[in-house]
Amino acid sequence: MRVVLEMRNISKSFYGNQVLKNVNLTLHEGEVHGLVGENGAGKTTLMNILFGMPVIHSTGGFEGEILIDGERVNIDSPRKAMEYGIGMVHQEFMLIPGFTVTENIKLNREITRENILSKVFGKSLRTLDFPAMREDAKEAIGTIGMSIDELAVVAGLPVAHKQFIEIAREIDKKNLRILVLDEPTAVLSESEAERLLDIVRYLTNKGVSILFISHRLSEVLKVSDRITILRDGAVVDSGPASKFTLSEIAEKMVGRKLENLDLPPRTKELSDEDTIMSIRNLRVYMPGETVKDFSIDIRRGEILGIGGLAGHGKLGVANGIAGMYPAEGEVYLEGKPYKLNDASYALRNGVVYLSEDRRGVGLLLDESVEMNIAATAILAFGEFTRRFLFFTLYDRKKIREHAMEMIRKLDIRCKSPSQIVRRLSGGNQQKVCLARAFTLKPKILFVSEPTRGIDVGAKRLVLDYLIELNRKHGVTIVMTSSELAELRSICDRIAIVAEGRLSAVLPPTASDAEFGLAMAGELQGGTHRG
Amino acid sequence: MEKLKKVLISYAVPIFFSILCVSAVLVAKIPPLFLASEIVRRLSRNTFLVLSLIIPIVAGLGLNFGIVLGAMAAQAALFFVVDWKIKGIPGVLVACLMASAISVVLGWLAGLVLNKAKGREMITSMILGFFANGIYQLIFLFFVGSIIPYRTRQFLLPEGVGLRNMVDLYGTVASALNNAWVVRIGTIRVFILPLLIVGVLCLFITFLFKTKLGQDIRAVGQDMHIAEVAGIDVNKVRVIAIVISTVLAAIGQVIYLQDIGTVNTYNSHEQIGLFSIAALLVGGATTRKATIWNAIIGVLLFHTLFVVAPSAGNRLFGQPQVGEFFREFLAYAVIAFALAMHGWRTKRILM
Repeated sequence: MRVVLEMRNISKSFYGNQVLKNVNLTLHEGEVHGLVGENGAGKTTLMNILFGMPVIHSTGGFEGEILIDGERVNIDSPRKAMEYGIGMVHQEFMLIPGFTVTENIKLNREITRENILSKVFGKSLRTLDFPAMREDAKEAIGTIGMSIDELAVVAGLPVAHKQFIEIAREIDKKNLRILVLDEPTAVLSESEAERLLDIVRYLTNKGVSILFISHRLSEVLKVSDRITILRDGAVVDSGPASKFTLSEIAEKMVGRKLENLDLPPRTKELSDEDTIMSIRNLRVYMPGETVKDFSIDIRRGEILGIGGLAGHGKLGVANGIAGMYPAEGEVYLEGKPYKLNDASYALRNGVVYLSEDRRGVGLLLDESVEMNIAATAILAFGEFTRRFLFFTLYDRKKIREHAMEMIRKLDIRCKSPSQIVRRLSGGNQQKVCLARAFTLKPKILFVSEPTRGIDVGAKRLVLDYLIELNRKHGVTIVMTSSELAELRSICDRIAIVAEGRLSAVLPPTASDAEFGLAMAGELQGGTHRG
Repeated sequence: MEKLKKVLISYAVPIFFSILCVSAVLVAKIPPLFLASEIVRRLSRNTFLVLSLIIPIVAGLGLNFGIVLGAMAAQAALFFVVDWKIKGIPGVLVACLMASAISVVLGWLAGLVLNKAKGREMITSMILGFFANGIYQLIFLFFVGSIIPYRTRQFLLPEGVGLRNMVDLYGTVASALNNAWVVRIGTIRVFILPLLIVGVLCLFITFLFKTKLGQDIRAVGQDMHIAEVAGIDVNKVRVIAIVISTVLAAIGQVIYLQDIGTVNTYNSHEQIGLFSIAALLVGGATTRKATIWNAIIGVLLFHTLFVVAPSAGNRLFGQPQVGEFFREFLAYAVIAFALAMHGWRTKRILM
């Protein structure tokens, strides 16, 4: 078979963080090539490189070479990519909401006519030929077997239609040879996904080569001719689809060695009867991390992990409970009804939340270390203050004493308690967040992505401190993280969220394949307890 | 019911100003013919300037406070046309050509700066206006008559360097366009030529949005990222939008000043930026959406209020100054309101 596209030794770093390492990929004419991997494995980055996306070239480009039909090409903008016949359906919709379906399908490829002004001032003043554009759009929509009004404005259409319009737009490109589909079925129902796969087959019959990215592994297996598995920015395996089984792929995707942490014993064993918080049918409207239906009982004194792929709602759970985003559902704290959508209520009742957005929400970047540690306690409980006549004043001495203690305990590397937090490294900033959380004397501590963007040594310290909080001070911890290995190293059990719903609750000892399948929402037998 | 509520909310500003205008007219007891003739004149005088704001809004750049750059270019051109004693319509034409040439350069520079300040275009264009004002003052206070030759002594300060506060256009280009073709309807004098020019501009804007360039401008205005991914040169489109706007503002200012008859050397441009933007907003435009009708209705309402406010103030409080104050206050209030709405909406989109 003829090789259409070859990507050789592709490497890419974002701000010193390497996300792709010597990735090789070949694409044959008329084949479907499945690309699978966890979030952050580098699939989307690899495709963005192929499509010349601005995000790649505004962050210093990439290493390696791309060959089309055996010839080296330089793709530095989406326009170039399109000239080479590469089309891409992006994970997030690339449709202009206020435009009609026709205008979107023909975006920047409008059919135009001469007029007097365009003869004088050049091509850009040519008039749009709407009837002709409409015909083309109709034809493209017809090809994919949809009945969408080509004059409807995109903003009001259901997501599935938007997805198909994106595909119609690519089909309308007459020179299309390579089509990248990045999670095309994520927003589709089963029957719609089926139709999409039909379109994929139709296109390959016409000789178009397709790169198919999906986390629905069964789908990838069904439609692909060959499969490449990425993990941590490197290719772990590649070969014909018939070579793999579902669980093999899942295992290779996740496959990390367990990091053995010796967990200290508990003074009191966990019990299913003693729940500290029970969550029933939680829905959280957090853009990009919507939770559709999440229920779980959190046992007093446990460390519960929440895992799952990005965009599936794992971050939404903690944000909803803490009152950061609008939430609905029934939640009970120690048997009493718990008020949602009220951040200060949460704080007053001992529910403390450390945001994944450390620099945006978690810290006052231009305030000192000591103020960051004490600020929330001052606001919520009036701690570290004293009365003087009619004024409430900060008790600087108490703040300093407390800060010094926390700095020593957590080994926060700073010049002094009055140094501003912006100057600290990521790991030390996270430690400041933890110190602040501890100051609030939490009953339940929700931490999201506590080790994101910090180095290995500091990671260890942060995890150790979480364990200490849990074992010594009896704080119940709910940790949300994209790093499965980290969850498995300290959690008592791990809840996996897929497509906004609880997909499974697994013990940390469950196999890689089980975790992989749970993340794809395909683990049969659902929620067993750990 | 829901629908009515929606309509009322989206047209809240024009409805509010209509009520205000009608009540002010009733209070002021201004002779209707006088009011009509004033409004017709102001339509022909101001609409062009207000229309110049539309394209940047559609391109997603918000309110282009940078039209003062165009206005300055127009004034600069007029000073020299007056000095060279080019009279009548040829004078207006020369002024328009010179002003357009300067505006292309200024608009291009402004566009480059605004591309560096994506998301903060409005405040940036406003500050650019202030900055350009400084250079403008430097040129016309210190360079004219010293470095730049200027023959008409009567417009220069007594030392012979720098322009006076007022530059008179009478005897040169004042009313050149107005007087070219006047139709009388009763006592109302209608200046056909400026109105025709406004009509041509309306046609041009309508035409523009039916072309490839217009489609690109709309796409960029709706979502820069998607437009870029679709292969549109976003930065170029934005620069073009600003250049067109600045050139139109320059021509608009020439039309405006030939009607007024005198140039308030150091103030005219400042005022025109403020009042044009206020008028457009009064007509129901927002920082993200504007049409030709917004501009025309805006000029109608805003300037009705301008005409009647002093008399209304006089009737109500026995002082015309109150009305004067009131209209200035309203102009700022409506801009502040629009910007607050802009902030509120952007925040809602982000949530």
